[in-house]
Amino acid sequence: MTSIGTGYDLSASTYSPDGRIFQVEYASKAVDNSGTTIGLRVKDGIVLAVEKLVHSKLLVPGASNRRIQTIDKHIGLATAGYLADGRHLANRARSEASNFREFYHSPPQVKDVTERLGQYVQVYTLYSSVRPFGVSTILGGVDKTGPNLYVVEPSGVFFGYHGAAVGKGRQLAKAELEKLKLAELSTREAVFEVARIIHLVHEDNKEKEFELEMSWIGAETQGIFLPVPKDLHQEAEEKAKAALDNFE
Amino acid sequence: MDHFPTNWGRPRNDAFDAYGTYPIQQRPNNIKDNFNGVQRTQQPIVTGTSVLAIKYKDGIMMAADNLASYGSLARFKDVQRLHAVGNHTVLGASGDMSDFQYIQSLLDDLIIEEFTEQDEHTLGPAEIHEYLSQLMYGRRSKLNPLWNSLLVGGYKDGKRFLAYVDLLGTTYSASTIATGYGSYIAQPLLRKAVEGREDTLTEREAQAILEESLLVLFYRDARSLDKYQIAKVTESGVSISESMALRTSWSFAEGIRGYGAQTQ
Amino acid sequence: MEALSVDIGRLKSGEVNLGTSIMAVQFKDGVIIGADSRTTTGAYIANRVTDKLTYVHDRIYCCRSGSAADTQAVADIVHYYLQMYKQHMGREPSVHTAASLFQNICYQNKDALSAGIIVAGWDKEDGPSVYNIPLGGGIFRQPWAIGGSGSTYVYGYCDATYQEGWGKDETIEFVKNTLSLAMARDGSSGGVIRMCVITEGGVERLFVPGDRLPKFWQGQEVIGKTFKAAADTEMIVEG
Repeated sequence: MTSIGTGYDLSASTYSPDGRIFQVEYASKAVDNSGTTIGLRVKDGIVLAVEKLVHSKLLVPGASNRRIQTIDKHIGLATAGYLADGRHLANRARSEASNFREFYHSPPQVKDVTERLGQYVQVYTLYSSVRPFGVSTILGGVDKTGPNLYVVEPSGVFFGYHGAAVGKGRQLAKAELEKLKLAELSTREAVFEVARIIHLVHEDNKEKEFELEMSWIGAETQGIFLPVPKDLHQEAEEKAKAALDNFE
Repeated sequence: MDHFPTNWGRPRNDAFDAYGTYPIQQRPNNIKDNFNGVQRTQQPIVTGTSVLAIKYKDGIMMAADNLASYGSLARFKDVQRLHAVGNHTVLGASGDMSDFQYIQSLLDDLIIEEFTEQDEHTLGPAEIHEYLSQLMYGRRSKLNPLWNSLLVGGYKDGKRFLAYVDLLGTTYSASTIATGYGSYIAQPLLRKAVEGREDTLTEREAQAILEESLLVLFYRDARSLDKYQIAKVTESGVSISESMALRTSWSFAEGIRGYGAQTQ
Repeated sequence: MEALSVDIGRLKSGEVNLGTSIMAVQFKDGVIIGADSRTTTGAYIANRVTDKLTYVHDRIYCCRSGSAADTQAVADIVHYYLQMYKQHMGREPSVHTAASLFQNICYQNKDALSAGIIVAGWDKEDGPSVYNIPLGGGIFRQPWAIGGSGSTYVYGYCDATYQEGWGKDETIEFVKNTLSLAMARDGSSGGVIRMCVITEGGVERLFVPGDRLPKFWQGQEVIGKTFKAAADTEMIVEG
């Protein structure tokens, strides 16, 4: 970061002499400070999970500031980074999905929404009057091509993944994801895996309290994107904690 | 604008098409009149006839046949005129089928919008009916009505709901409702069979009452079909039946001769 | 007379009408679409060899009826949308998608358009499919669809003849016979029969010249003939 202070990092509309847009890179920093977010694409569905750091003990548990959001019947999204930016992007994704439905009278594929969202995010890297979004977005859903998982970065680029992790614990989470045989896992089994991984990566961030947030879509949810049911959520979390104790 | 739903789908003006052979109905010609005004209001083209609905012990039950008429031509014979809206509501439509399809897509979008909120609230029949009444009244106020009579039935939080809304935005609620021709022919039959017995009628009895009314309508409504579906909304949600056929009776007519004094 | 002009007044004066017989039928491997070739202004045949089978995408065609100008404009717009769809999404549009685009335009502009369109084709998701979009802009999926002014004369024939499970050849015969019957009774239909066989493998054009149409009962004057025959007999007896 030798270029800091040279003035080329003040606006997204100006490159630095070595061809970088610092505002976009700084936006990525905002993502890296955030609680970890994981997405899994498995045999019959998608599981999204978030390590939601609780910044105050006065907060009502579970009730507010969900970081996993529903975009369409069959598409969900989880963000890491600025929560408010994440909600804005979710609203944008919803209206893109809704517009698609209105125009084509059929549900959008996950890729369709991702492409449009990517374009939207990219526009915010072009002008001095705006700042890029401080979020990485994991979009997941099941469409007629099967389960699909994408990550949209603050720059507007997006890639499709079998497993994705963004936020503070992403390195460790990715290492854990690579050990899994994702294409053979059922969505139910994936719920247990993501719960375990979120708890595992939180070990490095232990001083803060966190809530585990999980949503899924698959054969068991009849192709609808839903929060993981309370009993399954609890079971997965207990197992995750037990696995952690054994690990130590 | 034709304010009488029972005229919808009737033959075209007998003065120039007495036998209903010309396939295309009179359309608005948008010819400027002497006052330089433009007639904008359309009229129904592909139409569905009556919808019937009643309250019964477990919820509400609704029935409609599978016909979409094109003037007097029975053009589409496997059309579903009952539509589930979320898990607590069923919508039945008579009148213009393209407008009904438009309403269906609006409601489907509304349900998705509500679902994406993830706030553990869902829209019930009362909300859907209110939405539709605002929609229908709004459109008629722009002199561009959605040409339908709609029935909204549902069951949510232990309460039954059954109400009507039409192209003018007129609404009312009752324990038996019928649209179109059904409001003349079926409604008296439904009232006689249902009123005062809403809390005791079984599913079987309710279905029999509706089927009897559909049968009478099939005998007397020239835009009806003997193929129909029945929807019910109860505690456990919405279910819409497969298409079923009415059992009609004609054998009594075998001995009829002539139109008066004739005996053979 | 003035009242009469209201009924026919759907078309603007001098407008070219596709008073038509059009048809599409799905079968196991694809769809057959067909149309007559007559275009009229009033009773004058403006074109006797019109092609009413319109390409909108590689495996999706439409049959147009109503105003020639309106339906061409609508088909052009949908053709554009489908090209954009292919380039944007990187996949082939489905027949349902194409039909929905037609429907959007026909519904939203119902006051201005007279267009009755049948959309048919083949796609990966649903295989063969046929959609009917009649005047008001509704959309109806059907195993077979007929449209245009000639269609009203052949509903009975289609109802009585169509069966599920046909192969390509039987379906072609069905389309050819239906259109011939319609053209024989509808003054606004006639000329030749054009057909397309749309399957996964491609689109095959078929052509039946106006002098090779299947022939059915041609009609005959019975009263005059019997009367004449009876008179002849009388003459012989008297002679």
